[in-house]
Amino acid sequence: MAVRRTMSEGAHYQVIVVGAGHAGCEAALAAARMGCRTLLLTLHLDMCGQMSCNPAIGGLAKGHLVREIDALGGEMARNIDATGIQFRMLNTKKGPAVRSSRAQADRDQYRLRMKLVLESQPGLDLKQGQVVRLLEAGGRVSGIETREGLRFQAPAVVLTTGTFMRGLIHVGLVHYPGGRAGEPPSEGLSEHLRALGFVVGRLKTGTPARLAKSSIDFSRLEAQHGDSVPRPFSADTERIDRPQLPCHITYTNACTHEIIRGGLDRSPLYSGVIEGVGPRYCPSIEDKVVRFPEKDQHQIFLEPEGYASGEIYPNGVSTSLPLDVQRAFLRTLPGLEAVEIMRPGYAIEYDYVDPIQLLPTLETKALRGLYHAGQINGTSGYEEAGAQGLLAGINAALQAQEREPVIIGRDQGYLGVLVDDLVNLGAKEPYRMFTSRAEFRLLLREDNADQRLSALGRQVGLLPEARWQRYCAKLAAVATGGGRLREVRVAPGDRDTLERLGLGLLNNGASLEELLRRPEIGLDDLLFLDEQLAALPVEVRDELETSVKYEGYIRRQQDQVERTRRMETQVIPADFDYATVASLSAEVREKLQKIRPHTLGQASRIPGVTPAAIAILAVLLRR
Amino acid sequence: MTRSAPPACDTIVAPATPPGEGGVGIVRLSGSRAEALLAAAFRGRTAPPAMVSHHLYHGRLCRRDGTPLDEVLAVIMRAPHSYTGEDVVEVHCHGGSQLLRCILDLFLAEGARLANPGEFTQRAFLNGRLDLAQAEAVAALIGARSEQAARIALGQLEGRLSQQIHHFTTELRELLLLLEAHIDFPDDDLGTLDHQAVSTRAAAVHAAITELMLTFDNGRALREGVSVLILGRPNVGKSSLLNALLGEARAIVTEIPGTTRDTVEEELVLDGLPLRLIDTAGVRDTTDPIEQEGVRRAREKARAADLVLLVLDGSQPLTAEDRMAVAMAPPERTVLVRNKSDLPAAEEPHSHPFLSHVAVSVRQGTGLAELQAAIVAHFCGPGAGDTVGGVVLAERRHRDALSGTLTALERFRAAQAAGEPYECLAFELREALAALGQITGETTPDAILEQIFSRFCIGK
Ligand SMILES: Cc1cc2nc3c(=O)[nH]c(=O)nc-3n(C[C@H](O)[C@H](O)[C@H](O)COP(=O)(O)OP(=O)(O)OC[C@H]3O[C@@H](n4cnc5c(N)ncnc54)[C@H](O)[C@@H]3O)c2cc1C
Ligand SMILES: Nc1nc2c(ncn2[C@@H]2O[C@H](COP(=O)(O)OP(=O)(O)OP(=O)(O)O)[C@@H](O)[C@H]2O)c(=O)[nH]1
Ligand SMILES: [Mg+2]
Repeated sequence: MAVRRTMSEGAHYQVIVVGAGHAGCEAALAAARMGCRTLLLTLHLDMCGQMSCNPAIGGLAKGHLVREIDALGGEMARNIDATGIQFRMLNTKKGPAVRSSRAQADRDQYRLRMKLVLESQPGLDLKQGQVVRLLEAGGRVSGIETREGLRFQAPAVVLTTGTFMRGLIHVGLVHYPGGRAGEPPSEGLSEHLRALGFVVGRLKTGTPARLAKSSIDFSRLEAQHGDSVPRPFSADTERIDRPQLPCHITYTNACTHEIIRGGLDRSPLYSGVIEGVGPRYCPSIEDKVVRFPEKDQHQIFLEPEGYASGEIYPNGVSTSLPLDVQRAFLRTLPGLEAVEIMRPGYAIEYDYVDPIQLLPTLETKALRGLYHAGQINGTSGYEEAGAQGLLAGINAALQAQEREPVIIGRDQGYLGVLVDDLVNLGAKEPYRMFTSRAEFRLLLREDNADQRLSALGRQVGLLPEARWQRYCAKLAAVATGGGRLREVRVAPGDRDTLERLGLGLLNNGASLEELLRRPEIGLDDLLFLDEQLAALPVEVRDELETSVKYEGYIRRQQDQVERTRRMETQVIPADFDYATVASLSAEVREKLQKIRPHTLGQASRIPGVTPAAIAILAVLLRR
Repeated sequence: MTRSAPPACDTIVAPATPPGEGGVGIVRLSGSRAEALLAAAFRGRTAPPAMVSHHLYHGRLCRRDGTPLDEVLAVIMRAPHSYTGEDVVEVHCHGGSQLLRCILDLFLAEGARLANPGEFTQRAFLNGRLDLAQAEAVAALIGARSEQAARIALGQLEGRLSQQIHHFTTELRELLLLLEAHIDFPDDDLGTLDHQAVSTRAAAVHAAITELMLTFDNGRALREGVSVLILGRPNVGKSSLLNALLGEARAIVTEIPGTTRDTVEEELVLDGLPLRLIDTAGVRDTTDPIEQEGVRRAREKARAADLVLLVLDGSQPLTAEDRMAVAMAPPERTVLVRNKSDLPAAEEPHSHPFLSHVAVSVRQGTGLAELQAAIVAHFCGPGAGDTVGGVVLAERRHRDALSGTLTALERFRAAQAAGEPYECLAFELREALAALGQITGETTPDAILEQIFSRFCIGK
C-alpha cells in the first residue's frame, strides 16, 4: 500500500479551507476532488461536520439545497443517507415543487463519517489549527497564518468560520467566549478582516437544552414516525434500510409561559445584554411567549440524538434563560415532569462579514482569491452552509487552476437564489432559505435537481463518470416514458379500460398523456396499459407525471425565465464607471458602484435600482 | 420578485403628441407586430399589407366588433427606415384625450404594450439609428422622461383612488402570505387553510377592481388634465388669481393673510387644454397645526405639479416667506407671476432661473392673457415635453395594471376552484401582485416573509 505524501508546514497548496463545518467540508472535498492540492484547517479535529444545533438535515427548501449539493457532486446528501435515523417527506399534500425531504441524523455518526470521508480523500490534508491572519501578495490572497505562526501558501483561500469568530455564549446573564458549547472561539481573525477593510457585523442565534432520555416519560406522548419507505437524498444511495426512530410531540402550557415570563428579567435578550440580531424564523421560546401572548401552547418535538445517544433534542424551546428557569419551565411540559438537563440551552453572538461584499462566485471583491462561505456570510443552517461551501470550493479550485468561475442562476437552483440574494441584498439578519424566496419555484423541484445542475457538476470535474452515466440513463428513461405516454392510446371502443378508469365515452379515443392531464387520473392508474411504463423506476414515473400534470405552469415559468434571459446575459464590465453616468440619480449610482453587479439582470435586483436606470444602462452598455 | 424588463422585441404603443381638445393627435406603434396591429383595426380602401411605406392612407379605426372609433390617417414606416429602426405605424386621429384613450386601449387589447418613458428613442439607439455619440443624450432623455412619468403618475393617484389600490395590494399580500405560510411551515401548527375565506376575499377584490375599471372606462377614475399649482406666501393674491383665471369667485379672497387654509382645486380648459388649477395655503412659518398641514401639502404638490405659478407681490420687497416659496418651486416647471402691478413696484424684477416672468394685476385684469399664453406654451409650444400625452399614458398605465391584476385574479380563482396545489395558487397571486406593483411598487419575498413572521408564531 502506497503511503500518501502529505504536505508539511510552510508548504504550498492550491486551495486552503479554514473551518471544517458544513461549509468547509464541502469546500475542501470539492477542491480536492477537482484535483487541487487542498488543506483543511479547523479548530478541533474531532468536530468536523459537527451539527451545532438540531440533529437534522433538510426541511422546506433546505431539502432542495441538499439535492442540489448532490447533483453537483457534494457530500452532504450521502452523509445523511448513511447516518439518518428518521426520514420524512414534507408537504406531501401540496404540489411537487414544494415537497421537501427531511431526515434526522445520528449526530455522532454524521460527524464521524464526514471525518472519515475527509481523511480518505486523496489530495486533501486535514489539520488542526487556528487561523489568525491572511497572507497577501500583489493585491491578492496568498495564504494563511495560524496562531502558532505557521504559514501555508495558496492562491485561493476559503473562509468558513461559522459562529466562531469572537463567539460569545450567553446562559442567563452569564456569558463567556466560545464558538459553540464546549469549543473555543476564533479570536483575531475578524479583527484582521476589519483591518483589511471588510464590514464586519454581529449576529446571534440560539439552541435549546439537551435532555436526559432516561428522565422523560414517553408513554403519554404522541409519537411521530418517519415514512414507511424512506427516500434517499443522494442518487448514489439505492435505498435506506436502517431502523428508523420515532420522535415524540409535547406542548407548552400556561404554566410554562408564566415561568418564562417570570425569568425575563434575567434573559440576556430582554435585558439588552445581547446586541447581535437574531433570526426571526427561529425565535427562542421566550420570544414566542412575549410576541404571541395569545397562543396558549407551543408544539415541541422531542427528537432522539442518535441510536446510542442518551440525549434528547427538544425542538422548539431554544432559549438563553438562566439554567434554573430552563429546568423549571421544561418540567411543566407533559412527559418532562422529572426531566434532567444534560447540556444547557444558550444563545451565541458571533461576527459575520456582510455578504454584499462578495461576487456571485463567493469571492470577495476586496481581496482576490479570498472566498467566504457559510455562516460567516450571515446565513444560518447546515444546508445553506454546505451549498455555499460547495460553490466556494468549486470556484476556489477553478481559480487555482486558472479556469473560468461558475455562477449559478436563480432559475437553476436554490443555490443560485441564495447567493444572488446574499450578494445583492446583504444580510442584516440571519438568512434562511424558504421556497417563497425563489420566484421560479415551480421549476426548482427536488426531483429535478440533477437536470438543473449535474451537467455543471460534470463540467467542473466534480461528478464522477459513473454517476453521470446513471443520470444519462435516467434522462433516457424519462424520454422513453414520455414517448410511450404520447404513443399509447385508448380506443373509443375499449369499454373495459374506460370502465376501469371510471371514464365515460371517448369520441376519438385518447393518448395516455391526454388521460393523465385529467385531475382524477394518476400515472399509477395507467400502468396496466403499458408494460414499458410500468417497468420504469418510480422517480422516473414521478417525473413524467409532474411534467404532464403541471405542464401549463412549468411552461409559464419557463416563459418568465426566457423573458429575463437577455438581461441575465448582458454582462456589465467589471470596470464600468458609474460615476460618469450623469443621467443616473446619485442614489442609484452609489448603489451600483457599491455592488458592481455582474449582469444587467443582477443590477435590476438591487433594491432602489429603477427600471429607468436599467434602460439607461442598457443604452450605455451598447456604447 | 422578478423585476424583469419586458423583452425589447415586443411591440410598444404611446401617444406621440399632446391631445388638445380638437386638433390632431398621433398614436405611434413600434415593433414587429406594428403592421399586424394596424391591420386588425384599420378599415380603408387600402389594407395595411398593400400600403406603401411612408405614405398616408385614409380610413377608419374600428373595434373588434366593427364599431368605428374615428376617421384616421395611417402611415407605415417599415424597418429599417424608421425612427426606431423597427416597423413603425402612426395613426393620426382627431385629438381629444378620450378618443386617444380608446385608440390606445384598442391596440393594448390586441397585444401591444404601453411604451416605457423614452422607449422609442431607446429602441432607435439600440437598433443603431442614432450614433454612438448620442448614447449619453439618449440616457439623459430616458432619465428625464421617467422622472416626469413618475411625477405624473403620482399626481394622478391621489386620495380615494390611491387608498383603494393600496387596499387591493394589502388584501392580495394577505392572501399570498396565508398560502406561503402553509407552504413553507408545514410542521408549525398553523391550522388548516380556510379555502372558503380565501376565495371570498379574492372574489371581493376581483369585484372591486372590476368596478373601478368601469370608472376608468367612463374617464372618471383619474384626475383629468395636467396640474397647475398656484404657490406663494400669504396675501400675494393667489386666490384672486385662481378666481380671475376661472372667471368666477371660487376661492375666498380677503386682505387677511392666511385666508386659504387648505388646497382648492378647479378644472379649467385653456385653448382646448384641460387643466387642474390648484390654489394653496400661503407658504409661511406658522405654528397653527392646520395651516402647517396646508403648507406641507403645498410643498408636496409643488413636487408633483406639472406647472407651478409662483406668485409674488410686486409692490412689496421680497420677504423670507417669499424665499421659502421660491425654494419650493422646481425652476424648470415654474412661471414667475409678479402680481399687483397696479401698485408701485418695490424693486427691480430680479432674475430667477424660472421659465418665464409675467407681470399681472389681478385687480385690474392686466397681464392675464399673457399668463394664459405662457401656460399653454409650456404644455403645447415648441420644446414642450409630452406632459399632456404623459397624462393619458399614465392613466392608461394604471388601467393596464388593474386589468392585468384582474386577469391574474381570474386565473387564481379558476385554479382554486380546480383544486390546484398551493404553490400554483401562489404563482397566480404573485402575478396579480406584480401587475398591481406597476402602480404601488413591487412586493418582495422579504415583505411577505416579514408579514408571516409577525403574524404567525413560526420556527423551532
Ligand atoms: C448555538 C447554535 C444554534 C444554532 N441554531 C440554528 C438554528 O436554529 N437553525 C439553523 O438553521 N442553524 C442553526 N445554527 C447554525 C448552524 O449550526 C450553522 O448554520 C452551520 O453549522 C454553519 O455551518 P458553517 O460551516 O458555516 O460553520 P460551522 O458549522 O459553525 O463550522 C465552523 C468551523 O470553522 C472552524 N473555525 C472557525 N474559526 C476558525 C479559525 N480561525 N481557524 C480554523 N478553524 C476555524 C470551527 O472549528 C468549525 O469547525 C446554530 C448554531 C449554533 C452554534
Ligand atoms: N392692489 C392689488 N391688490 C390685489 C391684487 N390681487 C389681490 N389683491 C389683494 O390682496 C389681498 C390678498 O388676496 P388673496 O387672493 O386672498 O391672497 P392669497 O395669496 O390667496 O392669500 P392667502 O390665502 O392668505 O395665502 C386681497 O385683499 C386682494 O384683494 C392686485 O392685483 N392688486
Ligand atoms: Mg388664498
